[in-house]
Amino acid sequence: MAEIVATNQTILVVGGGISGMTAALEAAECGKQVILVEKNPTVGGRVSQLYRYFPKLCHPTCGMEINLKRLRANKNVRLMTMTEVTGVSGDAGNYSVSLKINPRFVNENCTTCGACGEAVDVQFDDEHNYGLGQRKGAYLPHAMAYPQRYVIDPRIIGTADADKAKSACPVNAIDLNMKGESAKLTVGAIIWATGWRPFDANKIQPYGYDRIANVITSVEFERLADPHGPTGGKILRPSDNKEAKNIAFIQCAGSRDRNYLKHCSRICCMASLKQSTYVREKFGDEGKASIYYIDIRAIDRIDDFHQMVKNDPNVTFVKSKVARIDEDKSTGNPVLHGVNTEGYQRYANPHDLVVLAVGMEPSVPVGDFPIKVTVNEHGFIEQDESNGAIFAAGCSSDALDVNRAVQSATASALRAIQVVNRAAGMEG
Amino acid sequence: MADVKIGAYICKGCGIGDRLDTKQLAQVATRDAKAHVVREHDFLCNADGVKMIQNDIDSEGVNRVAICACSRRAKTEAFRFEGVAMTRANLREGVIWVRPATDEAQETTQEMADDYIRMAVTETKFMTLPQGSEKATYNRHILVVGGGISGMTAAVEAAKTGYPVILIEKTGTLGGSAGKAWRRIPQKAPYANPEDTGVAALIKAIEGNSQIKVHLNSTLTKTSGAPGRFAVDITTESGSTTTENVGAIIQASGYTEYDASKLTEFSYGKAKNVVTQAELDAMAKAANGAPLKNKDGKEIKSVAFVQCAGQRSTKEGHLNYCSGHCCLDSVKQAMYFKDANPAIDTNIIYTDLRTPGAGGEDFYRSGQNKGVTFTKGQVNEVTTDGTVKFKDLILNEDTEEKADLVVLATGMVPNSGVDIEVVKQDEPGQWKSNNESVLNLDYRQGKDIPLLKQGFNDSHFICFPYETRRTGIYTCGPVRRPMDMEQAMEDATGAALKAIQAVENAGQGRAAHPRSGDLSFPSFRREGCTQCKRCTVECPFGAIDEDEQRFPVFNEARCRRCGTCMGACPVRVISFENYSVDTVGQQLKNIDIPDEFSEKPRILVLACENDAYPALDMAAMRKIEYSAFARVIPVRCLGSVNTIWLTDALNSGYDGVVLMGCQKGDNYQCHFVKGSEMAHYRMSKVNDTLTTLNLETERVATYEVAITDIERAPQLINDMAATVEKVGMSPFKF
Repeated sequence: MAEIVATNQTILVVGGGISGMTAALEAAECGKQVILVEKNPTVGGRVSQLYRYFPKLCHPTCGMEINLKRLRANKNVRLMTMTEVTGVSGDAGNYSVSLKINPRFVNENCTTCGACGEAVDVQFDDEHNYGLGQRKGAYLPHAMAYPQRYVIDPRIIGTADADKAKSACPVNAIDLNMKGESAKLTVGAIIWATGWRPFDANKIQPYGYDRIANVITSVEFERLADPHGPTGGKILRPSDNKEAKNIAFIQCAGSRDRNYLKHCSRICCMASLKQSTYVREKFGDEGKASIYYIDIRAIDRIDDFHQMVKNDPNVTFVKSKVARIDEDKSTGNPVLHGVNTEGYQRYANPHDLVVLAVGMEPSVPVGDFPIKVTVNEHGFIEQDESNGAIFAAGCSSDALDVNRAVQSATASALRAIQVVNRAAGMEG
Repeated sequence: MADVKIGAYICKGCGIGDRLDTKQLAQVATRDAKAHVVREHDFLCNADGVKMIQNDIDSEGVNRVAICACSRRAKTEAFRFEGVAMTRANLREGVIWVRPATDEAQETTQEMADDYIRMAVTETKFMTLPQGSEKATYNRHILVVGGGISGMTAAVEAAKTGYPVILIEKTGTLGGSAGKAWRRIPQKAPYANPEDTGVAALIKAIEGNSQIKVHLNSTLTKTSGAPGRFAVDITTESGSTTTENVGAIIQASGYTEYDASKLTEFSYGKAKNVVTQAELDAMAKAANGAPLKNKDGKEIKSVAFVQCAGQRSTKEGHLNYCSGHCCLDSVKQAMYFKDANPAIDTNIIYTDLRTPGAGGEDFYRSGQNKGVTFTKGQVNEVTTDGTVKFKDLILNEDTEEKADLVVLATGMVPNSGVDIEVVKQDEPGQWKSNNESVLNLDYRQGKDIPLLKQGFNDSHFICFPYETRRTGIYTCGPVRRPMDMEQAMEDATGAALKAIQAVENAGQGRAAHPRSGDLSFPSFRREGCTQCKRCTVECPFGAIDEDEQRFPVFNEARCRRCGTCMGACPVRVISFENYSVDTVGQQLKNIDIPDEFSEKPRILVLACENDAYPALDMAAMRKIEYSAFARVIPVRCLGSVNTIWLTDALNSGYDGVVLMGCQKGDNYQCHFVKGSEMAHYRMSKVNDTLTTLNLETERVATYEVAITDIERAPQLINDMAATVEKVGMSPFKF
């Protein structure tokens, strides 16, 4: 069992996305001891898969660089990647937490020289690109990955590729015998920041995500626009790798719908407005975007971004819940069918590519929490006294944009500090 | 101060040893750069390599360390040495990964590495280890300005964490806007019904808390000092003033309801039965559960809610933003009627119904279930008899509807104090309090926090929502951006954390965001200062004041350590212990400049360490090549670039200079707000220098570079190489 120093004055943060990192760093910069666990090989979460943020159109990696710098510099945070929480028991001020630490098969000697990646042949779907591209069986998750250290995919263990990786490593960083470990620790408070996952678009049958190549999701579209993405930042559609210049965005794909997610995912309107600017950025006047929507929820002061996009003659707004999508077999174009409710006109509009603005679903399904917490019918953790010292941060608490997730994480960090300060006070 | 003893450690791992002659690098470090201890290692970042360095620190007295290996962004956990000043020579991402492994390239690649060794060792010579300011002060008290829901929440949460609070409120009661409301939008599942505002409970919690001292009928008439040592004058209505000392400040000054009398098209002020949302809530509160009646005493049988009244509109005098809370508040208010009597008609006329998240959409659905009507329409006019004329956007036709009561959802106007762009600060010695100001800062740059768009005191950063431009002063609630009560409470809790953090940082002399924990701070050589005020004016955070003799006063705890003051100073008297005109200037002067006929130009690249430098690193990870003639120096912010570095570079025979900063302007991405903008401005004047030297102006180029510019950043360096080829070598090679 791994040795981890923690006490009831330690704060555990579960999830290393923007919310978890923020909560961990804000608490640590107040002088508190924090353990940050992340199940993936790198911190960064979903924001590291975004090309730009709304409404500034700045790059998430820019803020991530600052957060990584804070993380590297702060001795109060202990980061554990590839680690999952398997059990929690106890009460506020005194929780016992069980962890499962999965093997990376690469130790701290790794210099990210890349020799193992070159040596290995087998490829897998690249999670960082939502499977739009492939990566090697020995890989660095992405250019901003932290810890900056390669990972051996467990699927190659026992194969010739694993041995190739090992013998290619010049610094003896690969340990194919690395075993999973378990650990137990005591903490005073827990910040739950496991975030969200995109709603499974396959479930929205009328939109043909599983049948029509050129129907993709909004998170996939981010990867297409990103220079670190599978197309090097070119917007190429999957069926024929042709530039997609006439793009439809379908809002509330899986959200605000009793058949799928009842809630509004909040970010999708702004995300599509933002993505419409990618089309213009890449193709200039040849780029066209059509946004099919119910309500445009560009909430509060960022409505000016909505107004800016609305003033773009190449962006069309159609108030309509799209009924279904067909594929024009000769061109590969998806064809959208529905009724424009502003004036009740039926349409059958072909586009080069369709982007489904998929909703946000909490990462942890209701019932899968390791300890009882109050969760609403949508799966988000409610702020409730019965949760003791378990505080939700970011999208574990509601569908939030990055700004609000960070705000929520900062608030949660304070709530956790209140508990560990009380624990400290009791011990004199 | 102990003698300077420099250790240079050259790594041969990651292919450095294969690609470069490390013996020669060691020689360069010893002979040219005069490092005292020079060692090569096969694998510097492993335990053995690190131990070797630590041994030298412990037993050889090495106190300056130059790690000549990979980028300063890599292997940071391994290279962590206490008590020494350290820098990195980037031989991996900066040399071998951006150069082809060919015989022809070998010579220039080696020269590149040689220079980075010279630069790193030279830099350490001029660095000292930051010791932190002696003026650091620790004061746990937190001042909260504003006794509304945001301010009260911040006060209670800070006190709960163990930090005493001083809460000031300009009116005679706590509660603010929320205190005037009857119910709030629900904050708990099932999000079906309006709930108690919670204001009374908060007031009770404050009144019963010995850690919270409340000043009613009071305003701030002066705020001076810095985090850890703010001195604030609290003045009551009657004019008596007390001074308190606090460590950090939370501004929760809230909002004022938009002046509906500007909405003449909606007959506000003319028709008795046209009210604002806030007025309806006040009516409901007064009725205390009894049926709501119009001002003429008549029963209300129909209500029309006009959303976005004077909002989301570019019309003169209107607010061009959405206030975020009004759709849900109209749903709540419609329920006041529906819950009392389902027969009352309630119609919410909206263009986009904004009920976000899980709770928002549940509450909307609850409204539908209770029979509230939602009409997508654009209201054009409300007549004095309560007829609402609107375009029904679904039926695409003009229509009208008469209602007993018309409710206008008007927006939030932030109480953000004076706009310091307009109201300039008084001269030193003549400072006067201003009634319009919230904080009345005696800072040289003005009395309040600089405004973002639309008058809000918001942070400009998506990742860092609390970062104002005044260190240790955080804003929360609707003064920061429009928001509902739930968000305001969350916001206030977060702001309380930031204030506590500021207190703790100030106590130890540590910098706040974005250089969290940095102990360095600027100091200046008084005898050299010409009192030109540029540092005072250009500091993006208003950290620098002037004393009576007009010398700068740095207020270390207000400083974010970007170095913009250092870049601004025309006489170069400002420096940090580990970052100064010399740490960079001497580096660039101590490289080897081949003569004019060598066909080996030299290009100086000054790159923002947060964005451009990582972009070059990531380009290197992809093995994107750039010119071997480039010498890249990371800078804290482009704003810290002093033009002397350019002059020195050009005088020493560099052929081109490339500056890479972050995006400036309205959507600035510069983490120090104005740094990149200041740099661009200064560089626009550099042409004069070039002309004086009789050099082509193309030799200096300033760019905005994003962290994603992994192809463009190397290309910009190559462009300069091409430019130099075109205009020829600099004649200044000696």
